[in-house]
Amino acid sequence: MTRNTLPVPLTGSGRGRSTRARTIRFGISKLGVTLFTASLAMIFLLPLVYMVLTSFKDSSQFTTLNAPLWPASTNTYTASDGQIYTVYEVPTANGVQSLALEKPGRESSTFVDPKTGQEVAWQGNWRNLTPVWSLSIKLDNFSTVLTLLNFPLLLRNTLVIAILGTIGAVSSGVLVAFGFARFRIPGKDGLFLVLIMTIMLPFQVLLIPQYIAFMAVGWTGTWLPLIVPHFFANAYNVFLLRQYFRTLPRELDEAAELDGASPLRVLWSVIIPQAWPVIIAVSLFHFFFTWNDFFAPLIYLTGHKELATMTVGLQDFSAVYAASGSGFLTQAAALLAMIVPVTIFFVAQRAFLRGVVISGVEK
Amino acid sequence: MVIVEDKESVHAPPPRRMSLARRETLVGLAFLSPWLIGLVVFTAMPIIVSLGLSFTNFNLLTPETLRFVGLDNYGRMWRELLNNGDVGKSLGVTARFALLSLPLTVGLALGLALLLNQKLLAAKPVFRTLFFMPVLIPLVASTIVWQGFLNGRTGWMAQILHAFGLPAPSWFADPAWALPGLVLLGIWGVGNMMLIFLAGLQGVPTELYEAVKVDGGGAWARFRHVTLPMISPVLFYNILISVIGVAQYFTQAYVLDPGGNGNPGGSTLFFNMNLYKEGWSYNNMGYASALAWLMMLVVVVAAITMFRTSARWVFYAGDTK
Repeated sequence: MTRNTLPVPLTGSGRGRSTRARTIRFGISKLGVTLFTASLAMIFLLPLVYMVLTSFKDSSQFTTLNAPLWPASTNTYTASDGQIYTVYEVPTANGVQSLALEKPGRESSTFVDPKTGQEVAWQGNWRNLTPVWSLSIKLDNFSTVLTLLNFPLLLRNTLVIAILGTIGAVSSGVLVAFGFARFRIPGKDGLFLVLIMTIMLPFQVLLIPQYIAFMAVGWTGTWLPLIVPHFFANAYNVFLLRQYFRTLPRELDEAAELDGASPLRVLWSVIIPQAWPVIIAVSLFHFFFTWNDFFAPLIYLTGHKELATMTVGLQDFSAVYAASGSGFLTQAAALLAMIVPVTIFFVAQRAFLRGVVISGVEK
Repeated sequence: MVIVEDKESVHAPPPRRMSLARRETLVGLAFLSPWLIGLVVFTAMPIIVSLGLSFTNFNLLTPETLRFVGLDNYGRMWRELLNNGDVGKSLGVTARFALLSLPLTVGLALGLALLLNQKLLAAKPVFRTLFFMPVLIPLVASTIVWQGFLNGRTGWMAQILHAFGLPAPSWFADPAWALPGLVLLGIWGVGNMMLIFLAGLQGVPTELYEAVKVDGGGAWARFRHVTLPMISPVLFYNILISVIGVAQYFTQAYVLDPGGNGNPGGSTLFFNMNLYKEGWSYNNMGYASALAWLMMLVVVVAAITMFRTSARWVFYAGDTK
């Protein structure tokens, strides 16, 4: 048996050949589709590549037309007398040579060969020549931005607000979701419908009274309006947590209740240990929400630069430097501002992506 | 343990039978209380107050002059709508953006989801992560990145277009191109929708596809008669969320023009930008409340329209079985 079937593909029986051909065709199609998707992904993420490369460039390269896309600087030649000349690619009778421009002129210029130190006369307009660039990664932008943007302060402020808000959002969300998932309350379905409807409410309609109220109690110019409301359960989080809690078997709750456990005890010792995936997802959602939030810190922290969050500080910075033609600095600042959320996402992406899917599909 | 249990079951039930349900309700309400308090304090009261404020001339700097002005604010809105003042302009910008960006982002998200759902694609989790990743970038930062990328002189988009011999617009500096530039920036946020579509696609039973195959249908027939109806609830959800998202559009436009005028040339004067300018630059909180209610009305009408028409194009597989 084995002896007969094994050589089949090699001897070229009809069936074996078509299977192999199909496998090969499948492999080629798979390669094609994957390459296509990879090139789409590259186009999609091209602006990020732009940001990273630009943040390592200096001002002279940034403002020079036709400069290389990668961080580079022009080559220079230091003559024996200490003068520094820029090196250009010069077409000569002996092919294109890298020569340092010594005496520029409109119709003819004098170059120096950096290798030999000999002068070369050249006919033509030197302005049409391209300089020789070589890779040069500069970290100066980041040190500049760290100081000008006051990055450590913004990082600390944003982290404090994000962590306190996340504690509030998760703890209140878990309590409320437990109430919705496990208790018979008259009119509960109606209440849940109200909860879902608040997700669709445009925030503007709440904004002005909230602002006036926070101002009346003296909370504007503090972090409290950015933290305290999150201790009162966000509808989106409650929805997510409740959907998950409902999938947990009730038998464990009931067993604990029979053992005399209070509802809080059931929540703490039975539900929460089973619900870590969704609790992590909700924590991440709130953390990313805070890191991205712009409008609330903008209006509540106006005039308090020492309290500003990352997004507000970044916007302030970009308003000054993007306009002054220092785009390389704003790209470096944007890079710094996204490091924390992007890193956290890559570390915890599985829990996060699952959370997104639960929220979207189950509605 | 067992003894305790026995005691409870012997003594507790008979006298407490009535109060047990009540007790469960009370404990349940106690668990709901953070949300219930928040609902009253941070949602219900503000809605009522903002409706009330919209009939006043409330100004944050001169609260003592607070006066009931009837429908004056709404009258001003109506006039600015008719003579293409800030209300008319900002509604126009927001509507144009919605018309450009919604079909594009929803279509692209669905296209990407179909691609990432292919049997023929290797390394799916990697691509899923890459296409989702920009969603996590703070909007202020991604706007700055695109501002640089689309810069008419130093940006890569200009260099790419020039390389193909095409003229390069200056995007965010050109009133005609600023909105399309924001649409491109919006494409970076398709990751969320893509994931939701992807989950929807994975829920489509494969027998249905085989049935189409048996009937001799091709790829288009499979998409048109199986995929599309089966994922229509997800499509509905994604469109609804996008409409609400456009109604709240602010951050990107603010980064482009912190002055609040929607520069270049008012082409990015989104509805919320005008609201922000009135409420926080001019402190006209009464008028800004009226603007907020107008937006609320638009969103509610859009949502009701979508739900009303959904019976015709959204197919809930569970209902028919």
